[in-house]
Amino acid sequence: MSFSATNFAQPRPVPVEVRSNEKPLSSDSFRFRGPPSFLGSPHSLRFNPIPPFKLAIPHSQRSNASAVTHIANGKMVKSSANLLITKEEGLELYEDMILGRYFEDMCAQMYYRGKMFGFVHLYNGQEAVSTGFIKLLKKEDTVVSTYRDHVHALSKGVSARAVMSELFGKATGCCRGQGGSMHMFSKEHNVIGGFAFIGEGIPVATGAAFPSKYRREVLKEAGADQVTLAFFGDGTCNNGQFYECLNMAALWKLPIIFVVENNLWAIGMSHLRATSDPEIWKKGPAFGMPGVHVDGMDVLKVREVAKEVIERARRGDGPTLVECETYRFRGHSLADPDELRDPAEKARYAARDPISALKKYLFENKLASEQELKSIDKKIDEVLDDAVEYSDESPLPRRSQLLENVFADPKGFGIGPDGKYRCEDPKFTQGTAHV
Amino acid sequence: MLRAIRHKSIHPAFCAFRAFSSAAKEMTVRDALNSALDEEMSADPKVFLMGEEVGEYQGAYKITKGLLDKYGPERVLDTPITEAGFAGIGVGAAYYGLRPVVEFMTFNFSMQAIDHIINSAAKSYYMSAGQISVPIVFRGPNGAAAGVGAQHSQCYAAWFAACPGLKVLTPYSSEDARGLLKAAIRDPDPVVFLENELLYGELFPVSAEVLDSSFCLPIGKAKIEREGKDVTITAYSKMVGYALKAADILAKEGISAEVINLRSIRPLDRSTINASVRKTNRLVTVEESFPQHGVGAEICTSVVEESFGYLDAPVERIAGADVPMPYAANLERMAVPQVEDIVRAAKRTCHRSVPLAATA
Repeated sequence: MSFSATNFAQPRPVPVEVRSNEKPLSSDSFRFRGPPSFLGSPHSLRFNPIPPFKLAIPHSQRSNASAVTHIANGKMVKSSANLLITKEEGLELYEDMILGRYFEDMCAQMYYRGKMFGFVHLYNGQEAVSTGFIKLLKKEDTVVSTYRDHVHALSKGVSARAVMSELFGKATGCCRGQGGSMHMFSKEHNVIGGFAFIGEGIPVATGAAFPSKYRREVLKEAGADQVTLAFFGDGTCNNGQFYECLNMAALWKLPIIFVVENNLWAIGMSHLRATSDPEIWKKGPAFGMPGVHVDGMDVLKVREVAKEVIERARRGDGPTLVECETYRFRGHSLADPDELRDPAEKARYAARDPISALKKYLFENKLASEQELKSIDKKIDEVLDDAVEYSDESPLPRRSQLLENVFADPKGFGIGPDGKYRCEDPKFTQGTAHV
Repeated sequence: MLRAIRHKSIHPAFCAFRAFSSAAKEMTVRDALNSALDEEMSADPKVFLMGEEVGEYQGAYKITKGLLDKYGPERVLDTPITEAGFAGIGVGAAYYGLRPVVEFMTFNFSMQAIDHIINSAAKSYYMSAGQISVPIVFRGPNGAAAGVGAQHSQCYAAWFAACPGLKVLTPYSSEDARGLLKAAIRDPDPVVFLENELLYGELFPVSAEVLDSSFCLPIGKAKIEREGKDVTITAYSKMVGYALKAADILAKEGISAEVINLRSIRPLDRSTINASVRKTNRLVTVEESFPQHGVGAEICTSVVEESFGYLDAPVERIAGADVPMPYAANLERMAVPQVEDIVRAAKRTCHRSVPLAATA
């Protein structure tokens, strides 16, 4: 089952409020709280409500980042004539977030029933980031993720059936059961993983952005303006590969957006304990690209930022680093007892549930009725029941599948001067090249 | 059982090249690699180069000389010192159909990028169940040079060849260098192309066929450099030269050695090796890397599995010393196999033979 094609909304000139630089940033207040509370106990650290949007424009680019400046100077005014979304868009966003949420809940159920196994990392609570960004992409744009990739694949258009079967390890999964929870690949929808090593996906994403530029400049294909989104977490931002790619993406002006899903926790390691300067968005300008911070629990704010940065990349103005402050309601994975996080912190973020927030917005602005949303809930329930049934009934991979797909070249003998595989030449049928 | 017999060979005692019946040009390995890159880049605009100093510096070892001027900075990319980053960028670009040739200044530096070589290049075709292939080539000098110390001298053939999903090639002569690099660039799978710094300047004769721009060699096929009947010596890269010299010395003592140039470590040409051992009944494997879990160990196992009854003597394994490479010249000489080591090993296998008529 697949969903309606993404409505690529034209970026509307929506002004957004920004705290100016004179006001002390809330980050400074917790950094100077003194060693004991900073180093030892995440409990006493409170992430104060952060302004909707913080912006750091690298010095050298202040005159060039016109789209970004545009946001910086305006003010947000909400009136019935100036809503952020239309009804259709609102329902689309709602449906996508509900799909993500219900899917992950279903995964947990299936895991405890023994149908899913191994590592399963759930995305509950972070749906606003996935929906806010991915719903603005075209089919040819690319998404690269980490092991917490089910919802990214779903938002990009991979069917619930294909993802669920992959998780069950069946032959009908999107990777025929060979990838698993952490390695979702779909060539059709341009989801290229699914990487288990944090930080590994970032260079691959930077490389996936490279062909757009190469095609335009070397192969002279005029319309090559595909954009790549790389999703990763706060823990990844301390990894060397992240910095290597910020440097090269800015150096070569690649059409990539680095989306940090800062959920404050890397398994049991608090971001504040692991990072010398916890404000990740500030690291963008050090490499010559804008750094943006946004409230990742609010899908509309994420979407507004996403519109601007995707447009910027598509134009060829280069990469952006976007830090989304978000939270995962469940543990790191289904095997994580999740004992280190303060229940009060969890409760605070649960109150900021992105789905409830969107619902509230839709009701207050009379964009949808209770009835319509309930019918979407019901529809998604049916989609998931169907996906589970389909996956249950799908066959396991055949035994002969074990040795398939190691090489694209069937026998590993390479390509001959005529451009065909050597193994197709009858003289080459002897010889063993074990694949 | 395939044999690549192309020519009659005459072996002068002290150098490693032979005269072809249709005597043609000579070419250094460096020029062979440069010409292969040049021809492949001109044939396919999707091929591009990436690495440290490949552009303006003309290549750290001058392999990519002239290519920046010819193809421009969009196709010959000088990278910052970020092996992990640019190896991963190469993989991502390969996912979308470009054909990067990523140069590591030496393969020792590939350790910074080994995550991408193994986890995102080698495994992606399998993990995606055939949706995404990675037509990338990782190339650079491998193995010991002269006096460069422990961190610049390791041979990585065995480590990369252990991983399914990678092809690992080790050229020796200019013909190998040209043919295998062209095959690697055209190949739809990730290829680790292990050159050798000390071979770059060596001259080898090349025939007109080798110079043709469509020339390429098959992957997974070894070459019998010298035919013999008493003992099989397998080697790859620089050790092929040593094995050939050892074969000359052995010939004077009445031992006819068959020298196999492996060319491809993964896939390994087990059929050629086994066919040769079935003929000679004795095997010496030569490599310059650490002995444990090395290429020689794999070849020995292959022969034991498939041709055990044909062996007249235990398999001899010549490898580098089981120590990080020392710096002092005399110690370094002891840490790398020398021609005398190969000769002694071959003699050991011959003198241990028990003349049983039953074994073929």
